[in-house]
Amino acid sequence: MTSSAELRAIADVVDKFDIPAVKVTGGQRIDMLGIRKQDLPAVWADLGKAGFVSGQAYAKGLRTVKTCVGSDWCRFGTQDSTGLGIRIEKFMWGSWTPAKVKMAVSGCPRNCAEATCKDVGIICVDSGYEIGVGGAAGMDLKEVERLAKVATEGEAIDLTVAFVQLYREHARYLDRPYRWLAKVGLDWVRARVVEDPENRAALIARFDLSQGVYQRDPWADRATRQAQADFAPLADLTKEVAE
Amino acid sequence: MSWLDIGALDNIPRRGARVVKTVHGCVAVFRTHDDRVFALDDRCPHKGGPLSEGIVHGHDVTCPLHGMVIGLADGLATGADKGAVATYAARVEGGRILLDAARLIRGTAA
Repeated sequence: MTSSAELRAIADVVDKFDIPAVKVTGGQRIDMLGIRKQDLPAVWADLGKAGFVSGQAYAKGLRTVKTCVGSDWCRFGTQDSTGLGIRIEKFMWGSWTPAKVKMAVSGCPRNCAEATCKDVGIICVDSGYEIGVGGAAGMDLKEVERLAKVATEGEAIDLTVAFVQLYREHARYLDRPYRWLAKVGLDWVRARVVEDPENRAALIARFDLSQGVYQRDPWADRATRQAQADFAPLADLTKEVAE
Repeated sequence: MSWLDIGALDNIPRRGARVVKTVHGCVAVFRTHDDRVFALDDRCPHKGGPLSEGIVHGHDVTCPLHGMVIGLADGLATGADKGAVATYAARVEGGRILLDAARLIRGTAA
């Protein structure tokens, strides 16, 4: 989801810094490519003022929660898939994970958000939410495995957070969730996330604690004068002439 | 050699690099963990990637594009890889970085 104000802010940044390429990504982001390194702190300062945070394109963390239109505007939508996607993103952005995490929420089994090949993919149905995990659509192609079906959005978020926290605590660096799942098995994960409510709550509490520290826009600290100087060339010798 | 003062050592983050613009293109100036300084063309011999944005480790740098590892002292690709990057004499004196200006400035004899 976006708004005219956000699009205007992006367009203004593109014009102001003469950015050569603007692309729409598969993860429903807008990519600005070809920015000069010395312009980066200023670009992010402007984007930050418009409410954007950094990380969705490159983080070893949550990338994006792709969503379909959902019950707001689609005749087949069973739940508010866009709303759920936004709430998950707002809660989980900025968390550090062993490898990138891509999620999606589809409002019905037609699966317009392609949730069935994501690290965490939620399919909404009339009676609730089907949580799938361990999908892949990169060098490997793999369908999600069914973690659980829950009745409420709150439970869907709880399971998603608990699953990601378990992944953060156990997986080897650079293993996407599907690789980690192949090593530990879905049953092992289910026992700790679905079947043990106390453990699930503890996982969520630890994720919460971590976010209190780490949910921070990395560029917010770098929009300073000193940081901007560091991104510029150290010296320019092109005008120098030998004596 | 004619030495040119191009900045303070502390202007370069440790295990990092800053760039010096010259008529021949950019030169990457690296500062290693032990505060030694090396200057190389900012162009990986593989596909021209910006070595100044690579990961510095020991006295090597790994190109951020495809992972080629270049020795900072001799500009040569390490291991089984082939490739060479031009290097420029560099030293530190009194906290300032000095580069040999011979090949960096217009009009100097090579």
